[in-house]
Amino acid sequence: MSDFTDGFWSPYITVLTILSIFGCGVLLWMQGSRRVTLEPGQDPADNTTGHVWDDDLGELNNPLPRWWMWLFYLTIVFALVYLVLYPGLGSFAGQLGWKSSSAYQAELKKADADYGPMFNKYLHQDLKTVAADPQAHAIGERLFLTYCAQCHGSDARGNKGFPNLTDQDWLHGGAPETIKTTIMEGRHGVMPPMGAALGGDKDVENVANYVLSLSGSTHDPIKAIFGKPKFTVCMGCHGSGGTGNQAIGAPNLSDKIWLYGGSVDTIMETIRKGRDNTMPSFKDFLGEPKVHVLAAYVWSLSNHPGSAVALDRPTATSQ
Amino acid sequence: MSASESSPKTAVVRMYQARQQIYPRDVSGRYATLRWACVWLTQLVFYGMPWLRWNGRQAVLFDLAARKFYLFGIVLWPQDFIYLAVLLIICAFSLFLFTAIAGRVWCGYACPQTVYTKIFLWIESRIEGPRSSRMRLDRQAWSLDKLLRKSGKHLAWGVVALWTGFTFVGYFTSIHDLAREASVLGLGSWEWFWVLFYGFATYGNAGWMREQVCKYMCPYARFQSAMFDRDSLIVTYDAARGEPRSNSFRKTPEPASSPCIDCSMCVQVCPTGIDIRAGLQYMCIGCAACVDACNMVMDKIGARRGLIRYSTEHAIEENLPAAAILRRIFRPRVLIYSSALLVIVSVFLGSLILRVPLKVDVIRDRGSMGREVEDGMVENVYRLQAINADEMPHRYRISVAGIDGVALSGESEITLAATETRLIPVRVRVPHGQGRPGSNSISFRLQELDGARAQVNEKAVFYIPR
Repeated sequence: MSDFTDGFWSPYITVLTILSIFGCGVLLWMQGSRRVTLEPGQDPADNTTGHVWDDDLGELNNPLPRWWMWLFYLTIVFALVYLVLYPGLGSFAGQLGWKSSSAYQAELKKADADYGPMFNKYLHQDLKTVAADPQAHAIGERLFLTYCAQCHGSDARGNKGFPNLTDQDWLHGGAPETIKTTIMEGRHGVMPPMGAALGGDKDVENVANYVLSLSGSTHDPIKAIFGKPKFTVCMGCHGSGGTGNQAIGAPNLSDKIWLYGGSVDTIMETIRKGRDNTMPSFKDFLGEPKVHVLAAYVWSLSNHPGSAVALDRPTATSQ
Repeated sequence: MSASESSPKTAVVRMYQARQQIYPRDVSGRYATLRWACVWLTQLVFYGMPWLRWNGRQAVLFDLAARKFYLFGIVLWPQDFIYLAVLLIICAFSLFLFTAIAGRVWCGYACPQTVYTKIFLWIESRIEGPRSSRMRLDRQAWSLDKLLRKSGKHLAWGVVALWTGFTFVGYFTSIHDLAREASVLGLGSWEWFWVLFYGFATYGNAGWMREQVCKYMCPYARFQSAMFDRDSLIVTYDAARGEPRSNSFRKTPEPASSPCIDCSMCVQVCPTGIDIRAGLQYMCIGCAACVDACNMVMDKIGARRGLIRYSTEHAIEENLPAAAILRRIFRPRVLIYSSALLVIVSVFLGSLILRVPLKVDVIRDRGSMGREVEDGMVENVYRLQAINADEMPHRYRISVAGIDGVALSGESEITLAATETRLIPVRVRVPHGQGRPGSNSISFRLQELDGARAQVNEKAVFYIPR
């Protein structure tokens, strides 16, 4: 975009375009008929174009119908009318004021008008009621597969750095309304680098072993004993028992669920370098009605018995 | 140059010319009857087909909005587009074959341009009268009679054209709904557009453009020479018998070799306005109207028929009998076209009959390569895009194979409603130690549990982290 901001280009393009169109008209007019010089003895009615190759090879005139010529002139008229109505002549916006961005907005508006009522119907329902609605579930699944599966996986079980949404462990809380807030506003989880605060590498390793001991995972008990007093630095966020704090998104360290991995090395890395993780806000992108259906779907993933992703459902929405 | 030539004469050559209106004379005879039979046949199919029902729906419907194409018992999806490509190839090869054998039979008998021109000409001659009356009417100054006849003609053309446009749209949207909407003029804007557009195209092409479409627009007229040879059937004038012409109208003493009497009937009946006696030309659409006209004249003067007839260049030059023309059908060009056509048609029908009304695409989750779960098992996640292309709901079992111990985690049976498309997230697990680190080939299978037990296998990749 920034390449052609100079005022020179708009008149340059305009002049070039109009000259080309005018030139097409002139060419057409000039080629409509031709004055030929008759050779001595040549019949004026022999119907050749006067174009001669190789001394004696004439071109027979095989004229097109005249309406064909008028079609050519019509294209010129069309081009001029188009350039008056639509953007095309340099930076001239055209009489109709058409813009691709407003065309896009108009389509969005139409889609909202078409599908809005369906989503609005659920917006006025309690999230748990929406979660129990088979049609809302199907819509939620499609929304999830389109907008969420890139990070959280098609089965919602997450990846390294992206939480599993099908279990009961929640960083910011698993109540339906909290899930909705998470999707609406997004989340920003920060674990600061704690290496320096704890001391040296040895201290980090000891704390890591203590952290592992909280969930009863395999660890070095001696190192864990040395790590325990150092863990006070962590309690501000993770709590005295390491059970975490959903208000600030501090993970529970006393279960066996790890966002980045549960090996000693990974935990040491987390402590040393910290972590910074973002869940984007979908408020503006999807709008509240869609987020409402989506939140109900996500909540249902961990609050229905059996399979996390229900393969069967009673109604079909797609065609 | 001498002084007398110093000012050379010049002339103006026009590169465009006004069209000469053609007034084809009505003709009857064997080929005219055949042509009318083709008009009836093609138009009964065209106008009638959308009204046929099949299992409670329109039998032939190209539902573009839902992207489903119903052809009697078959429902085709965009994924089946290959069938359209093959169908077009079959049409092209048929055209090549027919052209090699019998020249432009398509143009003369079945092409919509010919057929609608014929229908519109029929209306014209009912309202404006035969050729001579039409010519006189066009020369006349405007009068009430002329106004009534002309407007009546255009009105009748308009009705046929609108009905044609309506029928055309009826192939793409339910014609019953369309008829109901049309009866109260409540068509949607796109329906209006296409009805009027197709109607206008019919009116313009069959009423006004006529032979100009064949002469100036149709590519087939221009490349047919690549498919013709000296043994292809053409409508041709027997110059050896006809020339020199003699315009004596008395009964000829030698009916077998009587020459052309230059009555110009062959020119008057020609819908493209050419003189067939000038030889084979690209403007000839092979309708054989001139054959009927000439035969009629030959009958009247007691001469033998066939001065203008279906023959081949070869047969005309060497005076071959009909049996020799028939024998020459079996020449390499025709045999190659026929065998190619036979192969393509068999493959087409075979694959259409064996077609499984179930489609599966596997889309691997790209967010994660592979993750370790309980007991050191490796898990990969996929989405199966399953399409039940049948018009009945079905139950399916999903299974996976390719690595020892590979299995689905979670439910493996699904139900798809009639013509439903669904994305199904599935997790696949492989026990610790099985498979190679890196990519492993696996395949998913969807097996229908009821009905025809259709099944589809689809390849995928299972990734085991190193």
